[in-house]
Amino acid sequence: MMTDALPTVLEAPPRAPLVEVIELSRAFGDVVALDRVSLTIAENEFFALLGPSGCGKTTLLRSIAGFEQPDHGRILLGGDDLLTRPPNRRPVNLMFQSYALFPHMTVAKNVAYGLERERLPKREVTERVQGVLEIVGLTALAKRRPNQLSGGQRQRVALARAIVKRPRLLLLDEPLSALDRKVRAEMQLELKRLQHEVGITFVVVTHDQEEAMSLADRIAVMANGRVQQVAPPVELYQRPANLFVADFVGTSNIVTGHVVDQMFVSKPLGPLPVAVPPGTAAGAAHLVVRPENVRIILPGDSSAGVVDGVVADAQFHGGVWTLAVDVGGFDRPFLVTVPGLAPASRGDRVRLGWDSAALVQDELV
Amino acid sequence: MSAEVTPVRGGRSRRLGRFIEPLVLLTPGFAFYAVLVAAPVLLVSSYAFATRGRFGGVEWTWDLSNFERALEPIYLEVLRSSVVLAGIATLVALLLGYPTAYAITKLPPRWRTVALVLVVVPFWTNFLIRMYAWIVLLNTQGVLNDALVATGLVEDRVSMLYTPAAVVVGFVYAYLPLMILPLYASLEKIDSELLEASANLGASRIRTLWSVMVPLTLPGIITGSILVFVPSLGNFVVPELLGGGKTVMVGNLIRDQFLKAQDWPFGSVLAMVVVVALVVLFTAQAWVTRRVEGEPRHG
Ligand SMILES: Nc1ncnc2c1ncn2[C@@H]1O[C@H](COP(=O)(O)OP(=O)(O)O)[C@@H](O)[C@H]1O
Ligand SMILES: [Mg+2]
Repeated sequence: MMTDALPTVLEAPPRAPLVEVIELSRAFGDVVALDRVSLTIAENEFFALLGPSGCGKTTLLRSIAGFEQPDHGRILLGGDDLLTRPPNRRPVNLMFQSYALFPHMTVAKNVAYGLERERLPKREVTERVQGVLEIVGLTALAKRRPNQLSGGQRQRVALARAIVKRPRLLLLDEPLSALDRKVRAEMQLELKRLQHEVGITFVVVTHDQEEAMSLADRIAVMANGRVQQVAPPVELYQRPANLFVADFVGTSNIVTGHVVDQMFVSKPLGPLPVAVPPGTAAGAAHLVVRPENVRIILPGDSSAGVVDGVVADAQFHGGVWTLAVDVGGFDRPFLVTVPGLAPASRGDRVRLGWDSAALVQDELV
Repeated sequence: MSAEVTPVRGGRSRRLGRFIEPLVLLTPGFAFYAVLVAAPVLLVSSYAFATRGRFGGVEWTWDLSNFERALEPIYLEVLRSSVVLAGIATLVALLLGYPTAYAITKLPPRWRTVALVLVVVPFWTNFLIRMYAWIVLLNTQGVLNDALVATGLVEDRVSMLYTPAAVVVGFVYAYLPLMILPLYASLEKIDSELLEASANLGASRIRTLWSVMVPLTLPGIITGSILVFVPSLGNFVVPELLGGGKTVMVGNLIRDQFLKAQDWPFGSVLAMVVVVALVVLFTAQAWVTRRVEGEPRHG
């Protein structure tokens, strides 16, 4: 009834989907590069594909760009079937992992190539090329040939060539992998700024999880040609969907055990603290604790600990200490990160406890 | 002490070895070229400045009149029609060879080798025999005419033999493999992602051919064209067998000067014209190759 109408929760309106990948499969002989991949990417989203080498990231991008014919499935762009269109008629630009710069053209010519195909007036082409070269910081090198550039400079030419067309969808295959740390950080900011400015939807492939975490609105983690989980970075980190994601994203301490009577029990350690969601089926499960969530309880400390161990190693990582603690019955040491001073040193006996942990039941999708 | 001396001696002999090895390897080739190519070429070139001997041979008196004679309209016309015929043959070979070479690069690796062997198989048969085979084919009473009449495509037999077109056919047939092989080598080197990048940026297939493939295969196009053009230009067998002697090319002219007219100096001048044309062509080819395949990095 009207009277008991509750104030509606204010939410950002859901963004319209731009790309819909539906049950896409592609095999090369016996190798299954894509296995029923389904994804929805929203207009203006910064979307990352994260996964180990060989998991099918490049194949997915190439399918969207039109250079691989999928065996099954569909790809829609703004609701239209993309697969029936030849590659040169897709409003999609791909920055190749190998850059694929035209060796016989100057930097400026490479960047202008796509605009010239649109039959734009010469003046506009020149202006836009200059503008984008400024953005990537290559104005001074406009007349060079690709073989006169460093790896990082070539990468920036490839980026400039892809963004100058202002496509609806920009696909970037490991766009920053050849850059050194500092330039990479700058280019990451640049990409982010660019995305806000030009309003292009970005799909970035990377095997660098920090890059994915810092850039993307949402991340799809892939393994063995399958999507393991799609989620915003924080959720991916805090609530991994399965063991693969828990292990691949960030550093984790993983304890294998069973769910019995809504409790997690590990063989050597007994019941361990973790919130078991109601309705969780009994059976094999894994407890995931991030190193920064582990507390060290020194002797004399009154708070309750969970497991006992001996500090095997302590390393300083600029502001943060990482301790490796050997716990009886485990092959891998527990990793603990603590800010500030080292709370314990090598050989010390410590108790470990944690307040927050995640539970995963499946190994892999 | 000896321990200190040994490495020095070793170093010196190694340095010497580094110099001697290429020398040893190069000498036979150099000797071959010096004795059997450079010397005859120089000798024949020197005839150009001498006077004609009464019964062939030359008399060593300085004479430049042969160069003037080469500029007479009748000889310029022979030169022009030679260049045109060899040029048409080159163009036809390029138009046939480019798609062929491209198709070969698209074959699975195992079949590529088979296809390349098939391309050179005609070379295993004697050149003259292959030309006589064309006489059998193109003859008014020949196989091709039989077929044309039988299918009713023509009513009367067409005279195809002893025409300039027959000469062009002969050149194309004889030298097509020399066009295909360098084109294949060039096309095979193109990174297929460059063609994809071109399509991704909105280029049609024709545009990609013009703006990416052709410029990148220019070294192969030029090498193949030279390898067809040069032997066609100087050829005198094909014009005689398939052209029936009605088509006089520079090669025929040169041969006639030496063997029939006994005018060695003039034959030598004509030969030099061809050699100079060659040198110009090869220089251009080297220059283009260097440009396309890139100068070393500067930074
Ligand atoms: N053209 C191809 N032929 C055969 N196998 C391929 C081809 N392209 C990709 N693959 C295989 O498909 C799998 C996925 O490759 P790819 O999409 O390049 O992975 P990623 O980009 O994630 O490293 C790999 O096992 C790779 O070897
Ligand atoms: Mg890849």
